[in-house]
Amino acid sequence: MENHTQPLDFIQDKQGKKGIFAWIFSTDHKRIGILYLVSITTFFLVGGLLGGLMRLELIAPGETVMSPQTYNAFFTVHGIIMIFLVVIPGLGAVFGNFFLPIMIGARDVAFPKINLLSWWLYVTGAILALLSQFAGNGAPDTGWTFYAPYSTESGTNVVAAVFAAFVLGFSSILTGLNFIVTIHRMRAPGMSWFRMPLFPWSLYATAWIQVLATPIVGITLMMIVAERLFQIGFFDPSLGGDPILYQHLFWIYSHPAVYIMILPAMGVITEIIPTFSKKAIFGYKAIALSSIAIAAVGYFVWGHHMYTSGMSTTARWFFSFLTFIVAVPSAIKVFNWVATMYKGSIDVRTPFLYAASFIFLFMIGGLTGLVLGSLATDVHVHDTSFVVAHFHYIIFGGMGFAFFAAIHYWWPKMFGKMYDERRANVAWLITFVGFNVLYFPLFIIGVQGMPRRYFDYLPQFHMGHLISTIGAFILLTGIFLMIYNIMRTKKHGTPAGMNPWGGVTLEWTIPSPPPVENFEEIPTITKPPYTFE
Amino acid sequence: MIYLQIFSGASNMVEGVDRSFMVIFSISLFFLMGITATMIYFIVRYRKTRNPKATQIDGSNTLEIIWTVVPLILVMVMFFYGYRGYVIMREVPEDAMNIKVNGYMWDWDFEYENGKVSKDLYLPINKPVKLNLYSLDVIHSLYIPAFRVKEDAVPGKENYMWFTAQLEGEYEVLCAEYCGLRHSYMEAKAVVIPQEKFDTWLADYHPELNKDPRGLEILKANACTGCHSLDGSKLVGPSFKGIFGIQRIVLVAGKEKTVTVDEDYLLKSIKEPNAEVVKDYPANVMQSYSKVLTNEDMGEIVTYIKTLK
Repeated sequence: MENHTQPLDFIQDKQGKKGIFAWIFSTDHKRIGILYLVSITTFFLVGGLLGGLMRLELIAPGETVMSPQTYNAFFTVHGIIMIFLVVIPGLGAVFGNFFLPIMIGARDVAFPKINLLSWWLYVTGAILALLSQFAGNGAPDTGWTFYAPYSTESGTNVVAAVFAAFVLGFSSILTGLNFIVTIHRMRAPGMSWFRMPLFPWSLYATAWIQVLATPIVGITLMMIVAERLFQIGFFDPSLGGDPILYQHLFWIYSHPAVYIMILPAMGVITEIIPTFSKKAIFGYKAIALSSIAIAAVGYFVWGHHMYTSGMSTTARWFFSFLTFIVAVPSAIKVFNWVATMYKGSIDVRTPFLYAASFIFLFMIGGLTGLVLGSLATDVHVHDTSFVVAHFHYIIFGGMGFAFFAAIHYWWPKMFGKMYDERRANVAWLITFVGFNVLYFPLFIIGVQGMPRRYFDYLPQFHMGHLISTIGAFILLTGIFLMIYNIMRTKKHGTPAGMNPWGGVTLEWTIPSPPPVENFEEIPTITKPPYTFE
Repeated sequence: MIYLQIFSGASNMVEGVDRSFMVIFSISLFFLMGITATMIYFIVRYRKTRNPKATQIDGSNTLEIIWTVVPLILVMVMFFYGYRGYVIMREVPEDAMNIKVNGYMWDWDFEYENGKVSKDLYLPINKPVKLNLYSLDVIHSLYIPAFRVKEDAVPGKENYMWFTAQLEGEYEVLCAEYCGLRHSYMEAKAVVIPQEKFDTWLADYHPELNKDPRGLEILKANACTGCHSLDGSKLVGPSFKGIFGIQRIVLVAGKEKTVTVDEDYLLKSIKEPNAEVVKDYPANVMQSYSKVLTNEDMGEIVTYIKTLK
């Protein structure tokens, strides 16, 4: 009987399309979210394996498993894949697509077709990025930052890689635009701005950065292409250009891009902590507004990548000052997350473990960022492995762990199946330990003066590199165990039910997996989002 | 901490940098430990089995103000120490000794006021030194970890750093800005010695005897010797030593072909370096120099290579 009253879920209901076409031509935000999940996970594994091979090369001084040219190509490709194909789209494209409409009580995003176009642009950009590795004159060896004039002179396949990033930029802009309109126009009746859950809030702040900052990097990358093909002379001093101009233009986007990665991660953590503490989020407005503050101030700190570049002394202290200011809204979020746990009734399940470890790793990433934001100390540790450790703590310990938290939190909703929680917790522990063993030693050798992007190193750095490489293999073990555990729910998962964690946001009020239209009837919102009584 | 050589005093910049580091490190460690301990305490104290019912608290404006204002004050303190340690780095004393630094793929040249050029950076102790940084090709960054100094050498621009070396000894000079294939081998030594010894070292310079042949000057000025050695050792490209007149196997569009290294081949390799690449050497590493060098310069290079037996 029940089967007649319940609509088909979105996986069963193929909307009249067959096989793979039901996925790659679907305009359902949930199917598009899963398309991104599959593509991003694939690229994450490719980028992760490249990273593992780099760590293997660095296990001992001298050449061990690859030539310097291969190593230089590996860290470039690792960077391009991880930044442009994994962390920038990451949470927004996967969980934003899947859950933003549901959490605000909508049936889909504002422009479903543009949403599908975004994914196709992503795939086009990804194919171009892969082509740049294999076609032409060899994989690019410029680093993902494409600094001029090296990038305008390198004989490798820079144009294709840069063009890939350009196409991916359009995917990001369109997703951002779609989310902004969706949030403005499609919230359920009664859902005022301050009744909106905080993951959508973080996506809103992120979307503005995507729309406003991404065009700048698009133009900048086209200038690199023009420089290489037509010898225009924007950046190459031998043609009359200015290499520092490139760095300004590049970081005007690429610093805010860090916030494109981390804001949705903060949003995910803000959803998970109340659910498992069974308690309203502490300081709702402070968290919502701090997202906006981070997005706004985050535009004006790009110069902190350039303290040693020859920028004017005034510019250096100005950017340092603003960099310290932008630390404050992040600190506010951390305090509010921890305060949410106070007097809660905390159920320590897998998503909560990832969320709590996110807070720890994000604090290390953020606090070491202060060392880099400070002028005197940055002069010493700039372009050393201290920076590598810092941004991996933010991007991987932050965005990556938030992604793992999100997949464990929402997987039962997306597919209606629960994973083995014991094995999931074991995988969490291995991943967490491996992560710290991998990246923490890089802080120490960085302070000792180990520059980054080094194929070979002085003997005093051997111990740090050796420990780090061991950590890399612990981490990869944890990640593979985690993926295996999640994948086996397809056959061995137990039915998750509508609300396995006792969450109170709208996604927990509909069946798992959700029906195509999400809600049989659009809900009317009468309460704040985290009301547990 | 001893291993990190904090407050070693190797240069006058160490104190400002390390003090700033310790201020940030201490405050950060306090917060990291405090917040983590609080979080773990909450998780244990308010776990579901011990506290089955949560107490709903929406927030507290007082707390929000406290944890906005306190971090704001602390980061301003950090900014201040960072600024103070840094600002002296840009204010060069008038009596500083000038050294011109040329960075190129993949080596450093240090040129002193009397014209002496050295591969290592010799420094008199307790004397302010200003390094004027130049690059011949891409961006490099001169980094002396023990001195806590780093500044980029940007092609087409002038940049500088200064410091006073305060401890005798040898220190690593590294390149911190990624610059291609041999980036990690772009090293030199900073050798700090007493003033008398330095004066003797500096005076030991005989420009009339050591004047490079014109061809070698051109090779050095265009950073050719970063990849092509003069002594037969294999770097990125083939060594110039003894290369003239011998036969080499080259790859032309993927096919092997034997050529004699004569004037035509050398000139072609300068103008179209990727047309006929010697077997076992990477292609597409070198760019054409046809727009960079005059025909006359190329001729000088060929003349010089002929002399390298």
